[in-house]
Amino acid sequence: MAGQPARKDDGKGRPKFSTISGMELEECYAAADLGAPEPNPGEYPFTRGVYPSMYRGKTWTMRQFAGFGSARDTNERFKYLLANGGHGLSTAFDMPTLMGYDADSERSLGEVGREGVAVSTIDDMAVLFDGIQLDEVTTSMTVNCSASILLAMYLVVAERQGCDWKDLGGTIQNDMFKEFIAQKEWICPPEPSLRIVTDMIEFCTKEVPRWHPVSISGYHIREAGSTAVQELAFTLADGIGYVQAAVDRGLDPDEFGPRLSFFFNVHNDFLEEIAKIRAARRLWAKIMRERFGAKTDRACLMRTHCQTSGVSLTAQQPLNNVVRVAIQALAGVLAGTQSLHTNSLDETYALPTEEAATVALRTQQIIAEETGVTNTADPFGGSYAMEALTDRMEAEAQAYIDRIDEMGGILRAIEIGFPQREIADAAFDFQVATDQGDYVTVGMNGYQSTDQGPSIETLKIDIGIETEQVAAVKALRERRDSAKARAALDAVGVAADDGSNLMPPIIDAVRASCTVGEISDVFREKFGVYGDPAWI
Amino acid sequence: MSETKLRILVAKPGLDGHDRGAKIIARALRDAGFEVIYTGLHQTPEMIAEAAVQEDVDAIGLSILSGAHMTLFPKILEELGSKGCGDVPLFGGGIIPDDDINELKRLGVREIFTPGASTQDIVSWINENVSPRD
Repeated sequence: MAGQPARKDDGKGRPKFSTISGMELEECYAAADLGAPEPNPGEYPFTRGVYPSMYRGKTWTMRQFAGFGSARDTNERFKYLLANGGHGLSTAFDMPTLMGYDADSERSLGEVGREGVAVSTIDDMAVLFDGIQLDEVTTSMTVNCSASILLAMYLVVAERQGCDWKDLGGTIQNDMFKEFIAQKEWICPPEPSLRIVTDMIEFCTKEVPRWHPVSISGYHIREAGSTAVQELAFTLADGIGYVQAAVDRGLDPDEFGPRLSFFFNVHNDFLEEIAKIRAARRLWAKIMRERFGAKTDRACLMRTHCQTSGVSLTAQQPLNNVVRVAIQALAGVLAGTQSLHTNSLDETYALPTEEAATVALRTQQIIAEETGVTNTADPFGGSYAMEALTDRMEAEAQAYIDRIDEMGGILRAIEIGFPQREIADAAFDFQVATDQGDYVTVGMNGYQSTDQGPSIETLKIDIGIETEQVAAVKALRERRDSAKARAALDAVGVAADDGSNLMPPIIDAVRASCTVGEISDVFREKFGVYGDPAWI
Repeated sequence: MSETKLRILVAKPGLDGHDRGAKIIARALRDAGFEVIYTGLHQTPEMIAEAAVQEDVDAIGLSILSGAHMTLFPKILEELGSKGCGDVPLFGGGIIPDDDINELKRLGVREIFTPGASTQDIVSWINENVSPRD
């Protein structure tokens, strides 16, 4: 019967009180559930927060992910967000760009500008940031297997603006382990992908020291269906993999450690999500100090971006999504995130309209200005339930990390499909729970309306954008110095073969107007192409 | 007497890497007693039509979350037609706004399952709408 909630029980009529991830909670926690008192925020191992004053010193960065259509369209949306109180930029690229194909590739048909902004060339990058001084903003770029190329383009645009690379601040996601595990954007297999990531860590540590060359991400792992503990464990295991690779390269954890950043999901279960992030900080600090011998506190600090969960939003009764996002955003703030993206209510249909994107940004501003939670650091610190949950998260995540260590590390675990299968099983279990009504999603399998309410306007991407982009890429190839471009691509190939850092030749190739697809083709040729194992 | 299972192809066309839904549906259909062939990611329309022929399937389900559905569904219908599989029911799901669903159905897509559809909805639909080819 429509409108009635489904009953949550253990199949024998006894009620279950679990987090969305299945972690059962006590009826009530008490003083006996508190472990040893935690150090204050800003003190190792930073469970309570990375800075002593947290948001009293500086509000989290309101960094809204944006990108669609042409570089011109996205440039306008960037300026709109900055004018409306957004603190920093965050770039969503289209699938061809993300997968290393130019707009005119056969593989790009129908995909140009659809899931993000189309960038095939240095000219696109210049238009994307037209009128935005790159040494005066911080920019995040969500791109992974083609990250080296997009970062090179950003650096060259900055150079043309007269910026010194040492003044550039921002992040490039560049987290290939989680691609094989969850987001599934790849060009070449795991080992050469890791080599490229390590090249970028090495390069940025020296040449772009304010930049975060990797954003070690759990968001996508969670969206793919993992539990909170799996999200935490696999993300940290990925981080361990990158630090180990950098250390094996001869880099000093105290030097590159401070430039590593993280990215977590903030999902529905309010208490679990806050505990997860608190546990994450504690675990990471100990990993950097105890496993990798980092001497400075700065190298042990986990600074994280958070995004509210996309997969938790509903197509039914979309206005309810505003409420979900607000609650999730509040959890992210109470967890002590350094930056935050809030989703828009219409994202189960399409990319956000300007109106929906504005509500999402205002959600953060209301939390910052009107709720008072920023007036003290880690307000949940010392809560019996929160400390017990934090300890439990830590223990369960540690057990997974130990298992991955026994397998030989995250690269080996990925090759045998361990995290992928764990995620697929968890995703399936959640679907079963939903189908059986054990987990109620309001409006979807409980409290349905026969009338879905007024239909909402959604963003439409004009198919003409693809035609224009295809023409633009072809025109660029016509007018550039072909010999120079060819030589530059060959130089990338030489570096691929001889093991020298790929970033300098990629930057030269970008200066010579080589395209995303062309440089990616060098990777394909030299490193091989990874195919989906297609495990169910 | 053994019953021939319906053969269902579950496919991920284009560059979209979001496979959570496709994998859940593949598993659910298998658990419901269908023979399921999952193509994995990054399939071109041609590869999908070829798989449909090779595997002699009774229905094809596409999952698209990248916004490229208005290009990919029609292309796949075209490829299926050119390979003599125009009669194979094509269904799908993903991130597809209502206006586009209507248009896709007009073009010959038999059903679209939007976010919130249960696996049982899909199993029932197949049982009611798909019969063995020949």
